[in-house]
Amino acid sequence: MDGFIELCGIRKVFPGQSVPAVDHASLTLKKGEVFSLLGPSGCGKTTLLRILGGFEIPDEGRILIDGKDVTDLPPNQRSINTVFQNYALFPHLSLWDNVAFGLKMAKKPKKFIEDEVDRMLDMVDLLDQADKKPHQISGGQKQRVAIARALINKPQLLLLDEPLAALDLKLRQRMLLELDRIHDEVGITFLYVTHDQGEAMSLSDRIAVMNRGKIEQIGRPMEVYEAPSSSFVAAFIGDTNFFRAKVVSTVSEDYSMLAVDGLPEVLAYNDKKLQNGQQVYLSIRPEKFRISREAPADPTHINMMRGKILDIIYLGSNTKYRVQCDHHILMITQQHARFLLDMKPFTWDEEVWVSWNADDGYMLQRFEESDTNLLGIPPVEDTVP
Amino acid sequence: MTRRKWREWTLTLPSMGWLVFFFVLPTFLVALIAFKPRSLGGGIGEGWTMATWLDILQPSYPLVVWRTLWLSAATTALCLLLAIPVAYWLARLSQELRNWMLLLIILPFWTNFLIRIFAWWSLLHSEGCLKHTLVWLGLASPNTQLLYNEWAVLLVLVYTELPFAILPLFASAEKFDFGLLDAARDLGATRFQAFRKVFLPGVRQGMLTAFVVVFIPALGSYAVPEIVGGPTSEMVGNKIAQKVFVDRNLPHASALATLLALVVLLPVIYSIFMRRIKTTQRGGKRS
Ligand SMILES: Nc1ncnc2c1ncn2[C@@H]1O[C@H](COP(=O)(O)OP(=O)(O)OP(=O)(O)O)[C@@H](O)[C@H]1O
Ligand SMILES: [Mg+2]
Repeated sequence: MDGFIELCGIRKVFPGQSVPAVDHASLTLKKGEVFSLLGPSGCGKTTLLRILGGFEIPDEGRILIDGKDVTDLPPNQRSINTVFQNYALFPHLSLWDNVAFGLKMAKKPKKFIEDEVDRMLDMVDLLDQADKKPHQISGGQKQRVAIARALINKPQLLLLDEPLAALDLKLRQRMLLELDRIHDEVGITFLYVTHDQGEAMSLSDRIAVMNRGKIEQIGRPMEVYEAPSSSFVAAFIGDTNFFRAKVVSTVSEDYSMLAVDGLPEVLAYNDKKLQNGQQVYLSIRPEKFRISREAPADPTHINMMRGKILDIIYLGSNTKYRVQCDHHILMITQQHARFLLDMKPFTWDEEVWVSWNADDGYMLQRFEESDTNLLGIPPVEDTVP
Repeated sequence: MTRRKWREWTLTLPSMGWLVFFFVLPTFLVALIAFKPRSLGGGIGEGWTMATWLDILQPSYPLVVWRTLWLSAATTALCLLLAIPVAYWLARLSQELRNWMLLLIILPFWTNFLIRIFAWWSLLHSEGCLKHTLVWLGLASPNTQLLYNEWAVLLVLVYTELPFAILPLFASAEKFDFGLLDAARDLGATRFQAFRKVFLPGVRQGMLTAFVVVFIPALGSYAVPEIVGGPTSEMVGNKIAQKVFVDRNLPHASALATLLALVVLLPVIYSIFMRRIKTTQRGGKRS
């Protein structure tokens, strides 16, 4: 399907600020997809959304809907509706009137308004509370009213600005399913803003990761997780272990040996065909490691080394380990299916084998030290104890 | 009486007592005096009479009452009309600028009320600079009279009451969530529709307060019509003063004052009554 909503080179600098809030952001939304904007607080997600909604005028760049330029149209003339970060329900109107607002503005016939509002309220399961005022309902209910109110005008695009941020975990999970159901029902394109990667991953067809006003990567959730384009994306989406490394020799067409500071040479999948001598950063997700008492039997494409368990954090569905290998402290997550049945649990200070498949080490060329600070992961050098 | 009720009563008793003693009682006394004959010495005579009330129905009064009502209503309307955009604008200003603007709004209070009215008097005077400027601009003929008419009274009333309208409206507007206007615009409202359908209901409480604090003092105006209005633009306040100080007819003045109090009280009583009805009928239909 063709691009349906296009943002081309959007840039916005707020008056009196030196750094742009949004910097040359370009993306294309397809009809009917759920697209998430993911990024840390202050990276410009809301600003980009407000530009799309028409509440801010970009300094540069164009917005096209179905090929039509809407960059200079005011919000009321765009077929885009928003679920605001704080819901922004009208406090003086009943839920029913809140939902009816859009249709009343569009001067639809009375009968039509009544039917549509009842239908929408029914969809979000609030028809029996229609006469209440916003302050009389719970956070999750407010959120559903906000969605119903935004959907009733049948926009081409629905913008959702962290709609679940104010809700507790359980309710958030329920609302996510609900959102998914609503999306299936109405089939409208959703642009979903969040700084919660779990939400973004589970809901979206595609994700854009933003950092400091720039879009770092756009892709399907799995692509972004498995093949991050920068250290920022690798560290922001899930956890990871970084190693400073250098490509030293070619093993086969797809594999190279890397020299890693403070570790023996490791084998890595070289999909980018990096030349020998190139400086890279190796990123290995915590769950890609295996911890075992015996060395792995079949060593093809497997890296292995000795390590000592420093810390064990039991998390119920999995366990986190901090393991010292030479000069590095690795973060390792292990699922423990049949854990107690299979073997004796690992203990503190136990010497173990740490191994991982060469395909699971991912080489990154772009690495900004400042990003690791931003994300609170220690700089690579400092892992020496 | 439950214990809780009793506690509530004892807590409100001091303020209730204060109100009854200094407000309700005097009002009743004034109303009573209206049913007394006047004594020859300018005081209150013995016995009871309706003569004063019949006196009040004399032909010149309806005109004064009517003038008082429409001037007060017009003052209130104009003040609200001016104060609402000002409050909106103030609430959107940066904190620092806003403080300066608020200071400017209350600055006139540092000058005595009478002196400010005299300032208007000298501005509007036929030898005043406003008149001269208008004549010079060709907007008025040399014998136009700016002073001593109802328009002058209205102008100065609006001037004196405007800050009292701005302040409560600003207090409301400051609490207003301007994100709601974005939400309204998002749902297809024009700027003006968003203002009317969302901002105005949002500052409803401020509008009510502004209405009360402008309309009621305007009804009782005395100094403004006295100084810039002259004999042809008298309001009830002037009549009362005249009856007390010139005619020495206390019952008459009391009757007028009672009338004024009724004008204020009746709508209040009516609205309380209507609210009672509404609350008992609650659970009704949505609009
Ligand atoms: N009206 C404004 N005036 C000046 N600067 C602003 C304004 N709005 C946002 N900014 C700045 O622009 C940057 C991006 O802000 P934005 O609200 O888009 O972040 P965000 O990604 O939505 O963050 P969060 O996840 O916390 O909501 C921030 O540095 C912020 O300080
Ligand atoms: Mg935001």
